[in-house]
Amino acid sequence: MHMADALISPAVGGTMWAATAGVAAYSIKKLPRELDEKKIPLMGVMGAFVFAAQMINFTIPGTGSSGHLGGGLLLAILLGPYAGFLTMASILTIQALFFADGGLLALGCNIFNLGFFTCFIAYPLIYKPIMAKGYNPKRIWGASMLAAIVGLQLGAFGVVLETLFSGKTELPFGTFVALMQPIHLAIGIVEGLVVAAIVSFVWKEQPEIIKKATSGEAMGSIPIKKVLTGLALAAMFAGGVFSWFASANPDGLEWSMLKTAGVEELKAPDGIHRTLSKIQSKIAFLPDYSFKAPETESAVSAEKGKEGEAAWPAVSGGTSVSGLIGAGLTLALTAIIGFAIGSLKKKKSDLSA
Amino acid sequence: MSNIMNSMFDMRLLDDLARKETAVHRMHPLVKFLTTFVYLIVVVSFGRYEITGLLPMLVYPVLVLTLAELPIRPILNRMLLAAPFVIGIGILNPVFDHQVVMVGGLAISRGWITFFSLFLKSLLTVCAALLLIATTGMDKLASALRMLSIPRLFVLQLLLTYRYISVFMEEVSQILMAYSLRAPQQKGIHRSAWGSLTGQLILRTFEKAQRVYLAMCLRGFTGEYNTGASKSITAMDLAYMAGWCLFFALTRIYDIPMLIGLLLTGVVQ
Repeated sequence: MHMADALISPAVGGTMWAATAGVAAYSIKKLPRELDEKKIPLMGVMGAFVFAAQMINFTIPGTGSSGHLGGGLLLAILLGPYAGFLTMASILTIQALFFADGGLLALGCNIFNLGFFTCFIAYPLIYKPIMAKGYNPKRIWGASMLAAIVGLQLGAFGVVLETLFSGKTELPFGTFVALMQPIHLAIGIVEGLVVAAIVSFVWKEQPEIIKKATSGEAMGSIPIKKVLTGLALAAMFAGGVFSWFASANPDGLEWSMLKTAGVEELKAPDGIHRTLSKIQSKIAFLPDYSFKAPETESAVSAEKGKEGEAAWPAVSGGTSVSGLIGAGLTLALTAIIGFAIGSLKKKKSDLSA
Repeated sequence: MSNIMNSMFDMRLLDDLARKETAVHRMHPLVKFLTTFVYLIVVVSFGRYEITGLLPMLVYPVLVLTLAELPIRPILNRMLLAAPFVIGIGILNPVFDHQVVMVGGLAISRGWITFFSLFLKSLLTVCAALLLIATTGMDKLASALRMLSIPRLFVLQLLLTYRYISVFMEEVSQILMAYSLRAPQQKGIHRSAWGSLTGQLILRTFEKAQRVYLAMCLRGFTGEYNTGASKSITAMDLAYMAGWCLFFALTRIYDIPMLIGLLLTGVVQ
């Protein structure tokens, strides 16, 4: 469920970083000042706990397979939503750095998918209202199940949207959703069962831990009204950003262009338009989203357009061959650089030894 | 079980590597952090049909790897471990995109090209993140985050989580070992023990947090985690970053392998 760097575009990664940073800043602000010093060790140690607990395999009855803990919902229940979100964020950061689970660019997406939906939607809007009438085993099970499933479904949907807006895969929306949601329904059910089992146990043994968290005594509580306003704002923001992506997405354009223009090279009109499109093709950080004519043609020889403008010998038929040769040479050069430096270093250390 | 041992081993290995003393390790952490970010952004900004243009980006990991004297195998292993998710999603590209293109006389479907491009990007990005931590280490990285004005509370929390991960992994592996000795031939934790096994650990976690806090107070903790004197950014650091950024920009703007290839085939003709 962790998004990888390779699957996102800089724009989507940046947007989600901004959203996550906003939620994190808000969470930090909401943590009661006088308590935060005391709670930092608790958050840190709980983060390490979840990290390690994720490696416990829970056998799923009747299937022979096993599932494991995600952690976002459990952290929200035990620490409250703000501290839970921040703790989840640090867990995901460490996973991205040390285990290549997700990536640094995709970190914003991952924290949002796994932290925001569990701590700021599933917990305050589902778990807490059900629990408001008081804790009892039945309610713990119901609330945990429902909150875990909803949290994971939203997270999975987030993955789908982020991947599609990044435009790195050819997966159609419907297929992707049909793949992701059922898988995460199963994962959500297991997560719900595990969380319920753990919360029931802690409630039985040391109810004050959970009482403190739910009453907001420990970490401050979320006023529902504020959450809803925040959500509405976020939805508007997201809607704006996403619709911009959608309208800028040239997929349809690309295809229709390929059909109408065939393999012929599209020539930009002379004059300012040409200069502009040249500049744009050079600086475009989002080649898939911009009007970059050469891209619409066959993949590897797509560079034809660029090369044509440069003063290189025109080898129109053999461009792809040139590409292959160049690619091979680049790889060889890279390897040679690596080996050369490696052996130089070795020599140096041998001499100094 | 082996999973948790592997993770512990990995973290220690990266910690050890970060303690080396090479030119790359001596670079300012903030500079390395920012360079990594620029690298990642440039790599993922390549178009989805791009393969040749991406190849020069390999120079960065290869150079850093050799200059920092890092072992190749463990880094490579980690890179491949991260691949399944990307492969899982990317492998469907050839299914949905049958458009055939000719590459050097070979007919290849466009889906395969996007897939390879995606796979290459995945390897490069994963490698860059691993190299960052293997040449910088968590403490120095945290000081870089503070310089970027990431709030104290978050950085502190991150460091504490990191610090205690090894403690908890050991604890969990002991618990799992004890459980498996009492419940042999069982793949995971039975449902009847889900709550108590993990719950016990949570109760212990809360107690541990309290002890940690008291110990920190006794040692004069006032809310700041001191990572030692941080050195200032030198001209060398700036040159390192500027050099790489220039290289990334050139690679992004010009398809270098294609230029080399064209030059060569032009000469041959």
